[in-house]
Amino acid sequence: MPAYQLSVNGKSYTVEADEQMPLLWVIRDLIGLTGTKYGCGIAQCGACTVHLSGAPVRSCSFPVSAVGEQPVITIEGISEDNSHPVQRAWIAEQVPQCGYCQSGQIMSAVALLAGNANPDNEAINAAMNGNICRCGTYPRIRKAIKTAVGYSH
Amino acid sequence: MKPQDISRRHFLRQATLSGAVLTLAAYLPASGRALPEIVNPVTNGIAPGTELLSWISIDNAGQVTLLCSRSEMGQGTFQALPQMLAEELEVALEDVHIAFAPANPEKYGPQPQEGSFSVRGWAPRLLRTGACAREMLIAAAATEWNVQRSECYAENGAVINKVSQKKLTYGALVQKAAKLQPPTEITLKKRVEYKIIGKAAPRKDIPLKTNGSAIFGLDKKLPGMKYAVIERSKRFRDTVKSFDDSETRKVPGVSHVLKVKRLVFSQYCEGVAVVADSLWAAMQGRKVLKVFWNDPDFEAPSTASLEKQMREHLQIIGNQPKFENEYEHCAQKLEAVYETPYQSHSCMEPLNCIADFRGDSIEIWGPIQEANWIQADLSQRFNIPIERVVVHMTFLGGGFGRKAFPDYPYEAALISKGIQAPVQVVWTREDDMTAGPFRPGAFFTLKGGLNAEGRIHAFQAKNATQWIGQEWSPIPPGPPEAAGYNNGDFEGLLPPYRQGIPHYSFGGAGIHSPIPVMWWRSVSASTNGFACESFIDELAHLAGKDPLAFRRAHLPDRRYQALIDRMAELTSWHSRGQNSGWGVAFTECFTGICGHAVKLMRNAKGKVMIEKVIGLIDCGWYVNPDIIRAQVEGSIVMALGAATTHATTFEEGKAVQQNFDTYPMPRISDIPPIEIHIMENDEKPGGVGEPGLPPFAPALANAIFDLTGRRIRRLPFSLDEV
Repeated sequence: MPAYQLSVNGKSYTVEADEQMPLLWVIRDLIGLTGTKYGCGIAQCGACTVHLSGAPVRSCSFPVSAVGEQPVITIEGISEDNSHPVQRAWIAEQVPQCGYCQSGQIMSAVALLAGNANPDNEAINAAMNGNICRCGTYPRIRKAIKTAVGYSH
Repeated sequence: MKPQDISRRHFLRQATLSGAVLTLAAYLPASGRALPEIVNPVTNGIAPGTELLSWISIDNAGQVTLLCSRSEMGQGTFQALPQMLAEELEVALEDVHIAFAPANPEKYGPQPQEGSFSVRGWAPRLLRTGACAREMLIAAAATEWNVQRSECYAENGAVINKVSQKKLTYGALVQKAAKLQPPTEITLKKRVEYKIIGKAAPRKDIPLKTNGSAIFGLDKKLPGMKYAVIERSKRFRDTVKSFDDSETRKVPGVSHVLKVKRLVFSQYCEGVAVVADSLWAAMQGRKVLKVFWNDPDFEAPSTASLEKQMREHLQIIGNQPKFENEYEHCAQKLEAVYETPYQSHSCMEPLNCIADFRGDSIEIWGPIQEANWIQADLSQRFNIPIERVVVHMTFLGGGFGRKAFPDYPYEAALISKGIQAPVQVVWTREDDMTAGPFRPGAFFTLKGGLNAEGRIHAFQAKNATQWIGQEWSPIPPGPPEAAGYNNGDFEGLLPPYRQGIPHYSFGGAGIHSPIPVMWWRSVSASTNGFACESFIDELAHLAGKDPLAFRRAHLPDRRYQALIDRMAELTSWHSRGQNSGWGVAFTECFTGICGHAVKLMRNAKGKVMIEKVIGLIDCGWYVNPDIIRAQVEGSIVMALGAATTHATTFEEGKAVQQNFDTYPMPRISDIPPIEIHIMENDEKPGGVGEPGLPPFAPALANAIFDLTGRRIRRLPFSLDEV
């Protein structure tokens, strides 16, 4: 099996993996970071969202061989201590219920705010529509993104 | 865990039970102090420190750990149950740790997480436990100071002497307190004295869910653990004829291929498991596995055949002559058929389970709603004493009833036994969505007759559905199961209608199908509520009455009158424009009463959109209002999906929808503004997790009628086509 050198959350890892192995399973099972979740395997639910060079990607459908030198950031990498404005807003608005989809939701929201400091409802819909929440926390997600805007300024 | 460890725990439990004296759990962690935060609240069930009355543990430094003995799947139990303990124990919620207890009904009582039962079922016991522990700590302090108990009070994790102002922390008192008898008489606080209950205390599990550190079933690993995926029959009840694993065994990492079975009620579902060193390898091995199936000896069902059966069964339920006579003489009459589909639970965390079978013991880790049932079931099926079946509950990535069943742990235990190693069985999304059990579809015939004053004189609902837990036999053997009146399940209507309507009857008939069915959030209320509350609205319209006033006139109970009055206030109901797109509905299930009002609008292109939803719940005495609001918000979103975006259909005995591309969920852009209100009263605590779901679909359908004049009698429907 080929070996890949990956940068994940600023650390360098060398993994041996089938070239078609999705980044999701590399992150979870080979590197051992389990905050990124498996939800559908076909890029429909967003639970596996991570950042690749800052852009949100569905890691369940992204082969490890396509990562190259692009840095990967997972939920574990956005802060050491839940201090990222989006995390603080998620806690302030008490967003998660079961919490399983929330790593992906947060990663999508972080990417949104990095590119748009004050998104309107349309921009929030466009950025967050790829993330399913079966518990139905959407009203609080919308509210928390707006709260995070306040924290960022 | 080694057998001697289990025996020791068993001994401790026995000691707790037999002595009526609190046990000093003879255990102190090597590291000295407590759990580090609550980063992994899944423990072996023994919290560091000295145990008080099973749920409470306090170490010498005063760190309090409260055990949550029921599972957390998003509904807030992890917070709400300790909130009750902390209130009476007199500790600040910010200062306590929370950890999960394992399955142990002798110690913690029944642990099933279902029926919206956590707060309403556990309030008496947990309030009393907190209060008893507090009194024992006070008694220990009084003895220490050699003063009367009445001179002392507890506050913020310490006992204080009112006279001398001396203070001893719980940490300094716990070892002595643990040796005392719990008091037999306890005075619980009055509602006005509460510091924690009734307040929106932030959930302690939330910070774990914003940084990826919460441990769900799929995140748990054991040393030496293997991974398994299972090729399951796509057609329900096919059995394995043979399989060819020659290619599978060439996949690096694959170690075992074996036939397995899973028990769903009285029937086995078969499959072939591929076991490997990694999940990825197991999945690759499954891709090249060839399984040959025996055809079932019955016709494979389809949605068309199921619906035909439900329609026929509605006819089979006979007429009641007395009702028919009353109905015939009504001034105005209406009859309508309502149709609802099968649904999948589709928790965001697909099913999974770890089993470690060791011959004389089994250890289970997973997202589990039904710990005690699993313990008892595995004990019986593998002939292992129940205290050697250890079941640990991780966080659940959703449950909705699906994870309240012992089928998936049994299957995992069989594989672990077969390969003699711990194994995690992982269901792919496709496995999870196609294998069921599903929420059954249900068809209804409703009849209503009005008297000359426009009041309901006669109301009848007949229902045909596949009853949960029935022997799911493939072919209807003669007459439908127990067709008749007043023996069906009509949870989801408002009970006071029985007082407000002179002639009121229900009839039910169970259809037969090889499709496995089970409970889904709010169970039969999810279908009954839609049919009945939509039809009440139809009768209101037939009577020429305002839908809210019409309901009020038929619901004499004081509590319901208050609920309806409050809804009128919240919606400014009586000043709304005519046909402005408002609809309401109310249902009761699991002792929680809920009403929703939906307001529709047309956008610039004329498309019907939901402008807002107002939810109103009466759950009586409550613990955490923010969790209640979250549960009702989430119930509305789940109901919106079931009403307008997805359903499970069947062709040739297989579920058609396999993943979220064909079973689409509501997305953030589909969600209107939602506001939730809670009735304030002194009624007994009622359910919260489920009652918010059933009234949404009928409120939406009634709003569509109000705006467009079109009645929705079949779910799901597309808002785009209204």
